Amino acid sequence: MNINLTMIGQAIAFFIFVVFCMKYVWPPIMAALQERQKKIADGLAASDRATRDLELAQEKSAQELREAKQQAAGLIEQANKRAAQIVEASKDDARKEGQKLIEQAKAEIEQERNQARDALRAEVAAIAIAGAEKILETSVDASKHNDMLEKMAAEL
Amino acid sequence: MAGSASEYIQHHLQNLTYGKLPAGYERADGTVIEESTWTMAHTAAEASDMGFWAVHVDSLGWAVGLGLIFLILFRMAAKRATSGQPGGLQNFVEVMIEFVDTSVKETFHGRNKVIAPLALTIFCWVFLMNLMDLVPVDFLPQLFHLMGLEYMKVVPTTDVNVTLGMSLSVFALIIYYSVKVKGVGGFLGELTLHPFSSDNLFLKVLLIPVNLLLEGVSLLAKPISLALRLFGNLYAGELIFILIALLPLWAQWTLSVPWAIFHILIITLQAFIFMMLTIVYLSMAHEDNH
Repeated sequence: MNINLTMIGQAIAFFIFVVFCMKYVWPPIMAALQERQKKIADGLAASDRATRDLELAQEKSAQELREAKQQAAGLIEQANKRAAQIVEASKDDARKEGQKLIEQAKAEIEQERNQARDALRAEVAAIAIAGAEKILETSVDASKHNDMLEKMAAEL
Repeated sequence: MAGSASEYIQHHLQNLTYGKLPAGYERADGTVIEESTWTMAHTAAEASDMGFWAVHVDSLGWAVGLGLIFLILFRMAAKRATSGQPGGLQNFVEVMIEFVDTSVKETFHGRNKVIAPLALTIFCWVFLMNLMDLVPVDFLPQLFHLMGLEYMKVVPTTDVNVTLGMSLSVFALIIYYSVKVKGVGGFLGELTLHPFSSDNLFLKVLLIPVNLLLEGVSLLAKPISLALRLFGNLYAGELIFILIALLPLWAQWTLSVPWAIFHILIITLQAFIFMMLTIVYLSMAHEDNH
């Protein structure tokens, strides 16, 4: 174990290596590292931003969807109401029409009946006169007995 | 066997030394040098007789080579560094840099462009140098023996010169930043007026030598402990590998494999500790809270 010039040689080599390392090794690698760090940080920030944007867009689309649904529901309700109204109105109309028809028919029936009655009445009067003529074998002066005949006819 | 075993161990612990032998020195083969010459040591005795004026060629060679591997690898990644999708090499380098950067930021809160690259260099370089410990102990020395080199110690951090060289550089940085941040007066004040201080001027002066002793010891202990911790761990680990290599061939794996696996932890940990303590010492040098 001799202490000798090796020590100084080693110190010189050490000095040169450190200077070389300080000048030509450390700075470029450190620069690359820092640049990459910055890049990654930027990338992360960008992705954060994108996530936020996506969230906003999703929220917006959900909102719009909700609004559209609401609108559609309103439209459907309106249409239903309108349909009900139309149905109601047409029911009303039909009922009124029916009523009218019934009344018309009733009136007609009444008229027919009256006509029939009148005809019957006249017929009956004629038959009665004919019957009475047969009984009396004389003709009955229709004009003389008209009053009586009419009374009879009215009683029928 | 005992003689050859200790020879084997000593051979493994001997650095390949190139240094200056004094004039009139009798070499191992009996020849006498007339003038002082720079030459390769042929024996351990020659190496130690070279004194301070010698270089451990193997330690320095491996250290510089491994350091270059680290720098070239990282430089390649740095050149191709992109902020887009990183490739495999860039991924690895980025992991290392992030790791070192976090360690530095956790401990050191000031602004200093040197400390982080310094920590990275220390961690990777020390780790690579430690990693050589996992190469089987006889493999590379044998290879170099075939190439005609007598000694070859492949783990630079088992050479105390290497660890001291690094820790003394760190020590120099500690002094430099202490003076730079606090000024000469501030630094001297830190050394002399703490931890014991008094409002009484006379007492204050009286306490200066005590403080200087305490603070001086703790300051000097920093580089020494830094160097010796790394050196001791790796030297011991290497020694155990060498001892295991003395076992019969069929039995070696039963010990060398567990020790190698455990050593993976140690080499990483020691590299990390060296880096961490450097950061801590330098951040202490920057603090001006006394």
